Amino acid sequence: MGIQYKQIKCTVNGTVRETMVDVRASLTDLLRNDFRLTGVKKGCEVGECGACNVLIDGECFNSCIYLAVWADGKSIRTVEGLQGPEGELSDLQQAFVEEGAVQCGFCTPGVLMSAAEVLERGKEYTREELRRELSGHLCRCTGYEKILNAVEKTMKNRLGKGSEQ
Amino acid sequence: MYDMKALYEAKSVPHAIRLLQEHPEAKILAGGSDVLVQMREGKLAGCELVSIYGLDALRGVTMEEDETLRIGSLTSFSHVAQDPLIRKHLPVLGQAADQVGSPQIRNIGTIGGNTCNGVTSADTASTLFALDAVIELTGPEGVRHLPIQQFYLKAGVVDLRPGELQTGILIPKASYHRCFGEYIKYAMRNALDIATLGCSVNAVLTEDRTAYERIRIAFGVAGPVPLRAVSAEALGRGGPVCEETVEAVAQGVLEDINPRDSWRASKGFRLHLAQELTRRALRKSTKEAGGVL
Repeated sequence: MGIQYKQIKCTVNGTVRETMVDVRASLTDLLRNDFRLTGVKKGCEVGECGACNVLIDGECFNSCIYLAVWADGKSIRTVEGLQGPEGELSDLQQAFVEEGAVQCGFCTPGVLMSAAEVLERGKEYTREELRRELSGHLCRCTGYEKILNAVEKTMKNRLGKGSEQ
Repeated sequence: MYDMKALYEAKSVPHAIRLLQEHPEAKILAGGSDVLVQMREGKLAGCELVSIYGLDALRGVTMEEDETLRIGSLTSFSHVAQDPLIRKHLPVLGQAADQVGSPQIRNIGTIGGNTCNGVTSADTASTLFALDAVIELTGPEGVRHLPIQQFYLKAGVVDLRPGELQTGILIPKASYHRCFGEYIKYAMRNALDIATLGCSVNAVLTEDRTAYERIRIAFGVAGPVPLRAVSAEALGRGGPVCEETVEAVAQGVLEDINPRDSWRASKGFRLHLAQELTRRALRKSTKEAGGVL
């Protein structure tokens, strides 16, 4: 059988996109190669490291083990969608900068999307609960403490319980 | 790009059956956290796939007229864990589903896939064994139901006939009514790990809560497929609610299990874990059921 293609239509960071995809492509391939959203990283490519994590209809998925054709009809958010219209960093991203939560940066976009989803629930979590919520990410710089600091700080600020309030 | 020969996307259950009949070599693709990973690793490279991921009719948990709980096979682990019916009637299954992999894996992985892969370490499988779950299979000849113990043939092999797919997992009322359970996964890390041993226990106490009316115990990684500890269960049946009964049951599991040495853990360690996890899970189940130890 020759190469199979499928026409798909999905919303990516708020914009409706239509494209032909090779059915063998992962969603990581589609986002990086077709839409040039290179904030989606290729890490382990077997669903363990979380570097390729994106939100699909509001839930976190490792896009490396998600077929591009499955994105048809879905709404996808990547790290590029977190910033404001003028490219301003979101409060969460700013907290990562301030807390030194970015070292080599390779795991950062994936972690940010998990954290974005968790914080948008609007609930308060303990440190231990946040660790569990972010447990689908491996940071090979091992900078986990600072990542947790940044997420916790943003959570508290959003709930009006932060030190900066 | 995945090294796949062809992809066929099913639009309905009958369509999926037709595709599987037309392409007998094809593998069923549900969430893909096993199949796509094995394709990447080369084990399933070059395969044809029938994707059933789009079949939303196979998602969700419902209560049937006879109060059987029906879990659609494509329900993700996270949706099983969050489902109101599961939380109310079967918290132990939600607890097991919530121990799988990581948050992202729990969003893509399905409870049907967790049983169809035939793997002994599957976190929900031991609990489904302990609940006497019934597997619903739909194929060219119609629907058939199989007790989960009969569904598993050997390590990695389940009783899925040509053209068949798993469409639901049924939990009879007798398995959750007045029943309290606990699942304990022992692994080397708290996330993204495979169970060294998994133990699921549930208990029904007598009306006055002083004796065990029924105890069910199942293990993952204590044999080539998940298994029930039937002789230990019999030791506990009718026994008084006390530490001596717990201890007798915990020691009794050694008669039922046959773990192996592997690079993850030795047989001896797994035998030790099986007793200790049984103790802890039975104590917890007893307390949840209102028993005093």
